[in-house]
Amino acid sequence: MSAPKPLTDRSRVVSDKRMTLMERIYLPAMVAGLLITIKHFFRRKPTIRYPEQERPRPAVYRGRHVLKRDEQGRERCTACGLCAVACPAEAISMVADERRPDEAHLYREEKYARIYQIDMLCCIYCGLCEEACPKEAIFLTDRLVKADHLRMPFVFGKDELVEPLDPAKRIDVSGRQTAAVLKFKQNPRYAHNR
Amino acid sequence: MPKVTIDGITIEVPEGTTILQAARMIGERNRADRHVVPPAMCYYSKLETSGGYCRTCLVKVPKGSDKDPRPMPKPVPSCRTTVMDGMEVANTTDPTLIDARNGVVEMLLINHPLDCPICDQAGECDLQDLSYENGTAASRYEFERRTFEPIDIGDTIKLHMTRCILCYRCVKVAEQLTDGRVHGVINRGDAAEISTYISQAIDNDFSGNMIDVCPVGALTDRTFRFASRVWFTKPMDAHRDCDTSGCTGKVVLWLKGDEVLRVTGRKDQWGEVESFICNTCRFGKKDLAAWTVEGPRNIDRHSVIGQGHYTLKRVQPVLTSPAPNVPELAKRKELKDR
Repeated sequence: MSAPKPLTDRSRVVSDKRMTLMERIYLPAMVAGLLITIKHFFRRKPTIRYPEQERPRPAVYRGRHVLKRDEQGRERCTACGLCAVACPAEAISMVADERRPDEAHLYREEKYARIYQIDMLCCIYCGLCEEACPKEAIFLTDRLVKADHLRMPFVFGKDELVEPLDPAKRIDVSGRQTAAVLKFKQNPRYAHNR
Repeated sequence: MPKVTIDGITIEVPEGTTILQAARMIGERNRADRHVVPPAMCYYSKLETSGGYCRTCLVKVPKGSDKDPRPMPKPVPSCRTTVMDGMEVANTTDPTLIDARNGVVEMLLINHPLDCPICDQAGECDLQDLSYENGTAASRYEFERRTFEPIDIGDTIKLHMTRCILCYRCVKVAEQLTDGRVHGVINRGDAAEISTYISQAIDNDFSGNMIDVCPVGALTDRTFRFASRVWFTKPMDAHRDCDTSGCTGKVVLWLKGDEVLRVTGRKDQWGEVESFICNTCRFGKKDLAAWTVEGPRNIDRHSVIGQGHYTLKRVQPVLTSPAPNVPELAKRKELKDR
């Protein structure tokens, strides 16, 4: 009866034959192993020293969210709830409020989000909130969410999400808007959608 | 009794029935035939003399009647046209009619602002549904839209005249449900607006119903203003013994947790309230303890309000016989399909 054909080419036949002298002194095998280790000292490292160093990320990277302000520094978000209804992870929650007449310089529309929270641990960074937003208020950016050893700091409120009022510190999301989107926005037939 | 055929489906209706009512009868007879029902923005079966303003319910009549089989020359408003024996009506089957209805929707949207993200009616708005079905995303209108400042009519109702499509339903409510109407439509044409007589507050027992009958977000509940989006609330059927004469006390509570955010009438499949409720029920009883809750309201699964509301699967009746015979299996399949 012949030996059965091996299923893969990786199978090795184990034998218990006596080792030769070279095998018995072990030294050549140890040196060979050490050489492999030493060779890796001079290779390029595949890792980087995060967070001091960061890898470059594409402009369309879907990272930490931002709530944009318009050119006059007013918050664009009007708490319509479409991001929350689009969110497959149900990570977004909000409470709306009515704008007072003296707050017209802070909020764009007569309704605004008094509380806006995203649970960054629930979020799967799919970008559906950005797609659902009718006011171009929420965008995902190429920034990362910093690690922490507690859960609570991952529930981001408006103080973490809304971009700074200072025009120099605004978050640039122009990389996320493709040429097709910018062209669509030029079309006067869709101007009422603004 | 006249027989009318709408989109190839025949029904026998009482004398004096309008085409729209006949179509709704077909829709009530068989849910699958609901596509024959024309949309209606101003017609409200519970309000007399309503209808005839918005033109969304236009239908084609290729055959007038058995006696006079000539087609009607123009599309007719189905809410105001009574059926004749042998009449044939085209609602979805006529492409020119679809075009005409799309044109009507475009006209309605000319002055309507696109502020659905702010509007409290979004998610249960008849005009949203209508423009989703019959509208186009683009607009040919390039001029300034008609705008008005939102005003408070009474301490419970907010009027956004900018959103109004002048369907006159609220005026009919004021005429027919309340005593001493204090509001109506003033000015004409493009400048027409719903208004009260010299900013007089509306305060009578049934004035809140104009919120329910408003097909758009022009009249909204000030006690619910911006409290929550409709689809984040949980609608529950509830009732209470109401002392007000004419009020059945049967309502829908829109809950968030145990908090009653809003109370409305129960809307049927045509978007009309089953019975009008009084202002005490609507605005005065925002406490869950004041109500007897019947159970969750059945929301159409195509509605955004139904999102995230998980319902238990219908419990199948357990068959007791050891080996179900064929008729019983057929019965079980029928129950499952229902």
